[in-house]
Amino acid sequence: MRLSAFDLACRRGGRDVFGGIGFAVAGGEGLMVAGPNGSGKSSLLRMVAGLLRIAAGRIALEGGDSELTVGEQAHYLGHQDALKASLSVGENLRFWSGFLGADSADIGGPLAAVGLDSLVDLPAAYLSAGQRRRLSIARLLAVKRPIWLLDEPTSALDTAAQEGLRDIMRVHLAGGGLILAATHGPIGLDGARELRLDRVPLPLKETAEQQ
Amino acid sequence: MNALGAVLVRDMRIAVRVGGGALMGVLFFLVVATLVPFALGPDLALLQRIGPAILWLAALLASLLALDRLFAADHEDGSLDLILTGRAPLELVVLVKGIAHWLTTGVPLIIAAPLIGLMLNLDAQAAGALVLTLLVGTPALTFIGLIGAALAVTLRRGGLLLAVLVLPLAVPVLIFGVAAANAAVTGPVPFGTPFTILCALTLASLVVGPFAAAAALRQEIE
Repeated sequence: MRLSAFDLACRRGGRDVFGGIGFAVAGGEGLMVAGPNGSGKSSLLRMVAGLLRIAAGRIALEGGDSELTVGEQAHYLGHQDALKASLSVGENLRFWSGFLGADSADIGGPLAAVGLDSLVDLPAAYLSAGQRRRLSIARLLAVKRPIWLLDEPTSALDTAAQEGLRDIMRVHLAGGGLILAATHGPIGLDGARELRLDRVPLPLKETAEQQ
Repeated sequence: MNALGAVLVRDMRIAVRVGGGALMGVLFFLVVATLVPFALGPDLALLQRIGPAILWLAALLASLLALDRLFAADHEDGSLDLILTGRAPLELVVLVKGIAHWLTTGVPLIIAAPLIGLMLNLDAQAAGALVLTLLVGTPALTFIGLIGAALAVTLRRGGLLLAVLVLPLAVPVLIFGVAAANAAVTGPVPFGTPFTILCALTLASLVVGPFAAAAALRQEIE
């Protein structure tokens, strides 16, 4: 499996965010997308997930299911946790694993992996920010999808949970999955390559038009 | 379809729990329909004549109440992003969300309508006809409302825009719903004529609503 992007450009609100971005990630590899605020890390992940229109360039997936879009084979872990406050921890996870097409209805294993198995009946309204994040991460384990698009996955997590997430990501990579993660700091994945968005010069529109 | 069943169960659970919209709609319906006899006074003949219209108006406004949160809540907490990465077609997800909304807001109205009918001096035959028209007509209100709810999804206070968008489209449903209920009581038009048109409006909205709402959601998600 190989996910590649060629000459991607992003435009938001009439402003060019980035242009000329290309990358290739194979199964078992992780790619860290780094850059300052507003450099388009989240936008890049949303483009790959199919949640944002691609201004220019293209994204290709080899070795995936040709019937499905890239987004339908990917887990998107965004800034929002997609949890309903009035549903319990178990109901929230069971909904997403049912909706996203999990093979088994078992949610005990994924919840135990993120350390929430004792809170299964607690309404999500009472979870802390870090616990909400962990519940979102449990979704990645409950449903098997080869591509993980993680936007600041370690935000709100304590050191132990960050270490747990690192292990979860290592297992995913070892199983042939691929990870695209937007991050500020080092995420601690060995061998992960880095894509820096701030070093990419924006295409100079004026000079292009003058020529 | 496992995924669609999951959406139906989740939306109905959220609607009946604390902060859900299911009870708000039926309470609003009861309050509006109860206030009318107090405002008009104890003129039984007048109440009987305008009773079906009052109940239909109250049902229309009540079904709008919870509608603006239908997609906006999913948009704000990021659920809509994940729904788009699901493998179920967005049109079907929207359809199922509409069905869940109708089951939790439309059906309680239909059950409450005969009780309110007593206060408006409706006899058994008129109440029966009214319940039948509401049963057939309220899904049309929900599915027309889906379009407005999807268009207003990114707006912080989309409720007013929703009403402005949806109410004109709901006028035919209102006309033929009230006409059918009245026809059963007073005539001279047979009940079947407006009732059949009402059925047609509902079936058309059942088809058009989900496609239009899904298209609107795809446009606005960016």
